[in-house]
Amino acid sequence: MFKKLLTGIVSGFLNGFFGSGGGTIVVPSLEFIHNLEEHKAHATAILIIFPLSVISTFIYIKNGYIEIVPVLKVAGGSILGSIIGAKVLNKISSKMLRKFFGIVLIIAAIRMVF
Amino acid sequence: MLYFIIGLLSGIISGMGIGGGTILIPALVLFSPLSQQQSQGINLVVFIPAAVSALIIHHKNKNIEYKMTLPIILSGIIGAIGGSLLAVYISPDILKKLFGIFLFAVGLIEFFYKKK
Repeated sequence: MFKKLLTGIVSGFLNGFFGSGGGTIVVPSLEFIHNLEEHKAHATAILIIFPLSVISTFIYIKNGYIEIVPVLKVAGGSILGSIIGAKVLNKISSKMLRKFFGIVLIIAAIRMVF
Repeated sequence: MLYFIIGLLSGIISGMGIGGGTILIPALVLFSPLSQQQSQGINLVVFIPAAVSALIIHHKNKNIEYKMTLPIILSGIIGAIGGSLLAVYISPDILKKLFGIFLFAVGLIEFFYKKK
């Protein structure tokens, strides 16, 4: 029970504070601490993060941080992109993709800090 | 058009099953005039409809373990309120730097990721 409460509070905090990243805590926690299979861990993580994101969104809106026009444009691109992404998923090695993606994130991270 | 393209690229990557917000937020912060908090806000909003459609599919495929989620969600709500209030309170510049450190860690995890 303690591990569940800790998983919740840490992932909720990160997800609210960084507007993302709840899954990076919940998925491995469900997989390695609570022994769910990988696909179940991913699916269950979405159920957990969903109410947390709704609450965080509400707080961001109340404080004037949600701009409706960029939201709609990004959402439109994102929906189209996720359909394309799901279709090309099997054509690229996911191991290579993860390594490339990791490098992109590290470069972006360095640019954000300095 | 810039917002649409950033959404498109991050959508393609998250459709492949990796990333999502971890690429959308830095792209918005580095290439658009939006602040760190506004960029994070966009990611939170965009996640909601995507999550609903994913949950419907996962529920039908019986991939969701409902039993164990309640304590995680309840304590998660407390964390979410704390984290969000802190995020809207601190300066965009400090939040951006902290996000950069978080992103660095996520980047390392992705780079060294090994399947169970």
